[in-house]
Amino acid sequence: MGPLVPDIFSNEFNLVIALLIGIGFGFILEQAGFSSTKKLVGLFYGYDFTVLKVFFTAGVTGMIGVLLLAHVDLLDLDAIYVNPTFLWSALLGGCIMGFGFVIGGFCPGTSICAAAVGKIDAMAFVLGSLIGVFSFTEGYSLIEEIYLAENRGAVRFDEFLGISPELFAFLITLIAALAFYVSTRIENRINGMTAGFSRKQAAQYLIIGGIPFLVIAVLTFTPSRQEYIQHQIREARQQETCVFKEISADKLALELVNNNFSINLIDVRDKAKYDAYHIPLAINIPVDSMMDRRWNEYFTHEHSVNVFYADADTTAKKACLLARFLGESENYILRESTEEFRNLFFNIIPPSPDALKNEIKTYNFRTRTAADLLNLEDALRKFSLPVKKEIRKIQGGCS
Amino acid sequence: MKPKAYMNPYLAGFFLGLILLATIYITGRGLGASGAVKSAVVWVVQSVAPEHYADTQFYNEYDETHPDGPLRSWLFFEIIGVLIGAFISGVISNRAALKLEKGPRVTNRVRIVAAIIGGALFGFGSQLGRGCTSGSALSGMAVMSLGGLLTMAAIFGAAYGLAYFVRKLWLK
Repeated sequence: MGPLVPDIFSNEFNLVIALLIGIGFGFILEQAGFSSTKKLVGLFYGYDFTVLKVFFTAGVTGMIGVLLLAHVDLLDLDAIYVNPTFLWSALLGGCIMGFGFVIGGFCPGTSICAAAVGKIDAMAFVLGSLIGVFSFTEGYSLIEEIYLAENRGAVRFDEFLGISPELFAFLITLIAALAFYVSTRIENRINGMTAGFSRKQAAQYLIIGGIPFLVIAVLTFTPSRQEYIQHQIREARQQETCVFKEISADKLALELVNNNFSINLIDVRDKAKYDAYHIPLAINIPVDSMMDRRWNEYFTHEHSVNVFYADADTTAKKACLLARFLGESENYILRESTEEFRNLFFNIIPPSPDALKNEIKTYNFRTRTAADLLNLEDALRKFSLPVKKEIRKIQGGCS
Repeated sequence: MKPKAYMNPYLAGFFLGLILLATIYITGRGLGASGAVKSAVVWVVQSVAPEHYADTQFYNEYDETHPDGPLRSWLFFEIIGVLIGAFISGVISNRAALKLEKGPRVTNRVRIVAAIIGGALFGFGSQLGRGCTSGSALSGMAVMSLGGLLTMAAIFGAAYGLAYFVRKLWLK
């Protein structure tokens, strides 16, 4: 699941990726014509709307792509960087940039791209941007107040409007499509071209332009992978079709003492209950957070063996069912509840002296195993606790 | 040799969108440009005036958030890539040549001065707005950031607003 940095790709390798992505970025910018200042400012005088077309197409592609990846559970939307909103600096900074754009004829990315192919005016623009940034860093203390004012945090536009991200993507795509149509007409008029679209061209544009809308419709009307799994679980629970592999308390205790590395004993109750009491060597993954990607390793590997337990309700079954949809792991539920396990092993009443031999044997086994479990837990505390893995928010933008 | 035609803008936009998406998928962050300019500026200040650097609050804060130093940053490496990628593209499309582009009515000197002023405004504004057209507007759009989209609107709104008054720079 993305983002791949820093968990799958290291931060060192990330710099190599930065270089490769930069090469692609620069190549496309140049191919699109962004190395020419005349093409760029054409946007503001109506004779060339290339910038608008490239920019909006890229934004819409990226936006729909992000939603699509999140939909199939390949990208964790909560972990990616969303540019924070500082109202005044966003607007004021934007205005100053706009003035710079139409006076200088570039923006920073395009000026670097144009300088690379030998545009002297672009090199001057790069020099200017160095001066501009320098004046900001030197004058920071004077403008710090406005820089930090009206902080709204990393809020998304769809959240701000209170609509779904799919609807927002639809609106933006619609605006983009209209902008493409209108700008092409303006472009033709200003450049003195009368030709409209041929019928074949119009059909092509309609088909291609329909694709993003189709994708948004699919996103809106099909359940995401997470919703799908939840749905499957509800179905299975309603129809009670699923068979659970159960493990008895005695067998579990024996396994834990002898093979504690080969099984994961998972307490699926909430943290408060886990903290109050849990079976030795158990880790805590509340059933509601099982889909959290930091637990992936427990549920995706086929060689992972999980034993779920909870109180005397269906929570453990639910967790087991969920685990079945999450991956290939082998899953069991403990037949006994937490309390029953505790009573069997830790609150055990000694049998009377005239008890059956079998009862005495069981008593001896349980007391010995209980002591072993406690010793093991103590010895393995460091190993048995899950490694705390923080899902880090990634820094981006231009800070 | 004659320069080759530019790519269809929608196709180029689609590819650019895919690059942006790959960036977000791999790194969790978007593209950028002005951040690399800042890295360069901070590095120059650090090298040229280390005492001033150590005395100034801004650079100290920068050090805290960038413990590996200004040049070991994602955007700086990305921008090195942009230089390489754009140069390759320029060479294969016969567009790489020393050239000064300007409106028909201005002299070379006016164009250079305007480019420096424009660059300075853009550089300053990009720091105030926490990112330029790439880092704030484009990447912000892909993740639907409120701030990013507002900045985008402000950039294009202001540029259109001023376009009429500076038309002599660009038009006949």
